Amino acid sequence: MSLVAIRDLAVSFDGAPALRGIDVEINSGEALGMVGESGCGKSVTWLAALGLLPGKARISGSVRLEGQEILGATPATLDRVRGGRVAMIFQDPASSLNPVHRIGKQVSEALSLHRGLRGAAARAEARRLLDLVGIPDAARRLDAYPHELSGGQNQRVMIAIALAGQPELLVADEPTTALDVTIQAQILDLLGTLRREMNMALVLISHDLGVIAEACERVAVMYAGRIVEEAPIARIFAAPAHPYTQGLLGALPPIDGERQPLAAIPGQVPDPRAMPPGCAFAPRCAVRLDACAAAMPEGRAVAEGHRAACLRAGAMERVLA
Amino acid sequence: MFRFFGFRALRAAITIVMVVTFAFVVLRLSGDPALLIMSVDAPPEAVAAFRTSWGLDEPLWVQYVRYFAAIFEGDLGRSMRDGRPALDLVVERIPATLALTIPALFIKLGLGIPAGITAALHRNSLLDRTVMALAVAGFTVPSFVLGLLLVLLFAVQLGWLPSGGQESWRHAILPVVTLGIGGAAVLARFTRSAMLEVLGQPYIRTASAKGVPWRQVVRGHALPNAAIPTVTIIGFMVGSLIAGAVVVESVFSWPGVGRLLVVAVANRDLAVVQCILLLVAATMVTANMIVDLLYGLLDPRLRNAPRGAGG
Repeated sequence: MSLVAIRDLAVSFDGAPALRGIDVEINSGEALGMVGESGCGKSVTWLAALGLLPGKARISGSVRLEGQEILGATPATLDRVRGGRVAMIFQDPASSLNPVHRIGKQVSEALSLHRGLRGAAARAEARRLLDLVGIPDAARRLDAYPHELSGGQNQRVMIAIALAGQPELLVADEPTTALDVTIQAQILDLLGTLRREMNMALVLISHDLGVIAEACERVAVMYAGRIVEEAPIARIFAAPAHPYTQGLLGALPPIDGERQPLAAIPGQVPDPRAMPPGCAFAPRCAVRLDACAAAMPEGRAVAEGHRAACLRAGAMERVLA
Repeated sequence: MFRFFGFRALRAAITIVMVVTFAFVVLRLSGDPALLIMSVDAPPEAVAAFRTSWGLDEPLWVQYVRYFAAIFEGDLGRSMRDGRPALDLVVERIPATLALTIPALFIKLGLGIPAGITAALHRNSLLDRTVMALAVAGFTVPSFVLGLLLVLLFAVQLGWLPSGGQESWRHAILPVVTLGIGGAAVLARFTRSAMLEVLGQPYIRTASAKGVPWRQVVRGHALPNAAIPTVTIIGFMVGSLIAGAVVVESVFSWPGVGRLLVVAVANRDLAVVQCILLLVAATMVTANMIVDLLYGLLDPRLRNAPRGAGG
């Protein structure tokens, strides 16, 4: 059984759909990347799954954690899941930590909630965790406030807090976007190492395929509130099946060869309040068919472990092969 | 720390000097105390003698310098009406005013803060709208109107409470409630917006994401942050303990500092008015300094502020 199974998850805000039926699974110890542009719903998927969206969000579907439904579960159940079984870290570490509490207190709080550690025991464990995530002089940093640390160090603190409950899954929502490039690589390395050492599953949310390629085995590509393609990471680069994925890859700058303008995808992401009836990508798609505007394409298997929600998916596979 | 407070103290002193100077000039330009205190048909020689004895015939700047020199010797002048030291007149009225403003402060805090927090936690609900509608009503109705409404209801119609005077604690109820409601309304709105601001911050989502129960998120993560802006308005309320009841004291014939101020202004009793304004400025400035101190306690980011904006 998969660790987390999300089925037909849909979310709307004030009538505007943000997610339009997400199906995704993650197994124990696995690393899944979720990629897509801003607003495609990759963060909303996990915020919804963990009950972290504001009350005005309308949520439907199913989110099972080892078979147990957690969508709409009681607050007490969710409080045990959050941080204890599924932890989440966010994009902007500086504002994600409480400015008026010391680092040590913020780590210890999670230790007390999920492992019953208090006082000196909690402090010692908090120190160990700060050491583990690579914060120098951890004992002194326990008494620091977030504004006294750098962005990279704050993200390490966030990771330490996430690890405090010994979760089975860590959802990292754009964990490196606010950091500069060298720190980015260090944080990704750290996440990879921790995942292997603690046998923890990882969901890495990013708009950057490069970041995902570094840390993940499998990737789900999202567009306008749907997963349009899902495949092992190497296959996405070698044989992308959905025109949107192909567009994303085409927009990556080549590292060698002559300088040339990047191939941008023409057009705009559709307005959530005025979604096209068929494939949401059809209006921007160079290879669309008349049928694309008629009905939303379901995901179809292109190869082992590779699915794409495109009418042409199988056909293009043959062309590329 | 010393530089921080040295700077604040200097600024406080400048504020007080400005208030006193402004009062000094305006009072002397806006009416002749001699004519107001002597009767209008007093003989000119008597008026002139009055002016000489109070130094009012001197040039304005000489009066100003004398006034300040006297302040530094602890002499705040004498009342022109009965010759008693102005400071004594004012100080003996303070307990009566505090008897209204301190209980009113507790109403403001006890009603305003919980109302604001509750409204924020139930944003856009019927509860929120009701609380906010009451709050808008509470601070848009001027205190003299509210005071008169309460008198009409509880003193005239129901006959439960006296309409004015200072004979017993029951006389204090209506003025205290009048003062308290307006302040509670202001504080409720302020607390609500501070809470909403904080509840939208990413660190609140972090706290939920690590499994902190919602009550504890509110208590341990939201309130300590929302307290920071709220302290400003509470400081202002503490600063106006002495002179915040001018209108209400007049409506309820309560013999406090506020009523003394009204009478003294009407009579151009210069020393008394100046003494009150000096006291008010000093209280307000002190309250502001306490607020600055509290900021440092509540917000670790401000503790090493004197190093400058970059630090």
